Amino acid sequence: MAELSCHASMMTTSKDAPPREDLAKGLWRQNPVLVHLLGLCPTLAVTNSVANSVVMGVATFFVLVGSSFLVSTVRRWIPNEIRIASYILIIATFVTVAEFGLQALVPDIYKALGPFVALIVVNCIILGRQEAFAGRNPVGRSVLDAVGMGAGFMLALLIMGSVREVLGSGTFLSVSLFGPRYEPWVIFVLPPGGFFTLAFVLLAVAWHKQRQTARARARATDEAVLVERVA
Amino acid sequence: MSAPSLLVSASPHLGAGDSTPTIMWNVVASLLPIVAVAAWFFGPSALLVTAAATAAAVATERVLGHRGTLGDGSAVITGLLLGLTLPAGLPLWMAVVGGVFGIAIGKLLFGGLGQNVFNPALLGRAFLQASFPVAMTTWPVPAAAGTWWALRGDNFAFPFTSPRVVDALTSASPLGRMKFEQQPTALLDLVLGTTTGSLGETSGLLILLCGGYLALRNYLNWRIPASIFATVAVLAGGLHQLDPRYPGALFMLFSGGLMLGAMYMATDLVTSPVTNRGCWVFGAGVGLLVVVIRIWGGLAEGVMYAILIMNALVPYLNRWTQPRVFGARPVEPAT
Amino acid sequence: MTDGAATGVAAQTPEPLPEPAAVRPSSLLVTLGAGGAVAGVLLVIAFGLTLPRIEANRAHALHLAVNEVLKAPARYDTLYVVGGALTKTPPPGVDPKKLEQVYLGFGPDGRAVGFAVGAAEPGFQDTIRLIFGYDPRNRKLLGMKVLESKETPGLGDKIEKDRAFVSQFDGAQPPLAGVKGKRAKPTDVAMITGATISSRTVIRTINNALGRLGPLLEAYRTEN
Repeated sequence: MAELSCHASMMTTSKDAPPREDLAKGLWRQNPVLVHLLGLCPTLAVTNSVANSVVMGVATFFVLVGSSFLVSTVRRWIPNEIRIASYILIIATFVTVAEFGLQALVPDIYKALGPFVALIVVNCIILGRQEAFAGRNPVGRSVLDAVGMGAGFMLALLIMGSVREVLGSGTFLSVSLFGPRYEPWVIFVLPPGGFFTLAFVLLAVAWHKQRQTARARARATDEAVLVERVA
Repeated sequence: MSAPSLLVSASPHLGAGDSTPTIMWNVVASLLPIVAVAAWFFGPSALLVTAAATAAAVATERVLGHRGTLGDGSAVITGLLLGLTLPAGLPLWMAVVGGVFGIAIGKLLFGGLGQNVFNPALLGRAFLQASFPVAMTTWPVPAAAGTWWALRGDNFAFPFTSPRVVDALTSASPLGRMKFEQQPTALLDLVLGTTTGSLGETSGLLILLCGGYLALRNYLNWRIPASIFATVAVLAGGLHQLDPRYPGALFMLFSGGLMLGAMYMATDLVTSPVTNRGCWVFGAGVGLLVVVIRIWGGLAEGVMYAILIMNALVPYLNRWTQPRVFGARPVEPAT
Repeated sequence: MTDGAATGVAAQTPEPLPEPAAVRPSSLLVTLGAGGAVAGVLLVIAFGLTLPRIEANRAHALHLAVNEVLKAPARYDTLYVVGGALTKTPPPGVDPKKLEQVYLGFGPDGRAVGFAVGAAEPGFQDTIRLIFGYDPRNRKLLGMKVLESKETPGLGDKIEKDRAFVSQFDGAQPPLAGVKGKRAKPTDVAMITGATISSRTVIRTINNALGRLGPLLEAYRTEN
């Protein structure tokens, strides 16, 4: 997994950010998948149905919040030299617990997710949050940050899973949407459909951001003109 | 593609008299007999499917493309070629999806004509094949419906609904029969086109003639089809000698989409190598992949994927086979 | 930093960065070791808590599958394949989970109805795992159920979802032969149009499994 090598030092917020900002930034403005393009492996691999996406999202959320809490709690006792090894140890523990849990609670979906539950260990979002945030911030803020980022990951997976299941099977959470005559676009539940869907979702997000920026700039210019006139 | 304001190439300069539109419209003209024969075999369904794919390709180019790119005729070619790779009974809305995908994703997203990496018609077909595997492999039998006028499938299925099963006779394609049932098809049927298959997969002879016209006018590089045919013939013939269970060279050449693919899709000016040596290598690669996929792959037909895979290698082929500048010596690596 | 000093550039460099306080290797080991011990304890607790549920889930899934392919037997026994024969009790010292298992179902009258046998072979996309019921007395199949496959949705996955295909295995006589179109003999199985490879894999899997285990199953019947 090449994901481990990606940069983790980005995505920090200033020390005086309000708690609301710690929580909210991961959901949209710094969404780990849609903006930072982290954790793409599960985003592409397991989102061929809404149920799979939700279970994967919940498992990752659990691991992320648990790891951030623990890392932040013990951060003062971890020597700098072995911090990555310690983070991985903590993350791997939570992943294994999540694996047992899924196996006990939702065995069918656990089977469908295949090796990707175990691969949460190398999900860059999780190690990234430990290195960038939980390892250097107090427990409260770290948990808020993890909750926001985990929710952002879930949101991205949910979007992917919805598009792919609706188009690829004509259902949502296995409930038929368009009746028996609908011809499913099989490609969307196959791997290439994952890439297509991700591309279009990212396109939509980028387009939305561009429009927002353009609007903000136009507003700023208007204000400047107004100020000049008044003066 | 707008005319470039400055052309840079090595001397001597001599105007060829051909422009992109001249070549493209010649290709369109050479495709019309193939469409006509498809209509002869498959009735109005053939015309409907081809028209739907072409209309979708042209409309997409018009809406999403730069202004004035319709006149070069390349969107028409994409639409016609896509139509010819589809089965006659395909619902028209699926043909439209293929045309839109081929032009929008396969061509305009890369920057329009001349920028695309993959053949747009084949990308459209690949998308349809992966999206609607059942509809894309339901092959009507040519000239088997009661009258010429009968539709060969549920062409008018409402958009986004599955085609209804109609009474048109369908059968496995010759390649599928060979691969999964070890039943060969008579060679004469393959040459004339009286077999099942997609619209333009049928008459090998006619495609050879139409493609030959383009090769004579030098609108396609004859080395590509020659290289594909030679590779397939040698490999298939050799394997047939080793084990007669494998189909022979002539069957391989005239079945499936090999003729149409070799003549019209592998030779796409944009997605094939620019050097003649590159064309030989490109054709050999396509031929090798076709034989490998057909004989050892899970699918019966491999022309589409073979060409798409080799399309991706074209930039490398161009670099490897770049002619040496006259008088230049290879630079000795500095010690 | 040390390289610079060795080549004499140190004079030009400003104050060297403060070296972090030296950490003793033993403290690193202690930290990681303690972390590992805590993690281990946590995992054992989680494992212990979830194990009953996981085993129950597995047993339930197996129960459903055996029920389906043996047409709801009153009860069934697990038999182990040991040294070319079936036995009810695994040899001591061998983990019974590692032995190949077949399931012998009994009707309400206590008579054996047949065996449920699991088998797997590579299909079009990935390995297809299935279980089938076999009655060695009459030498016919009782049913087939695909347990795991990743075949193409809408095409290859008909081997699990197409009732017409699945129901052919009830009463079919091995060795099976795949045919195109209608089945004529009890040994025929009509393959799914457009999914020939997936259909063939199911047929081949059953034939191979019976080729291997068939004599064992028949021998076990005659011993009782």
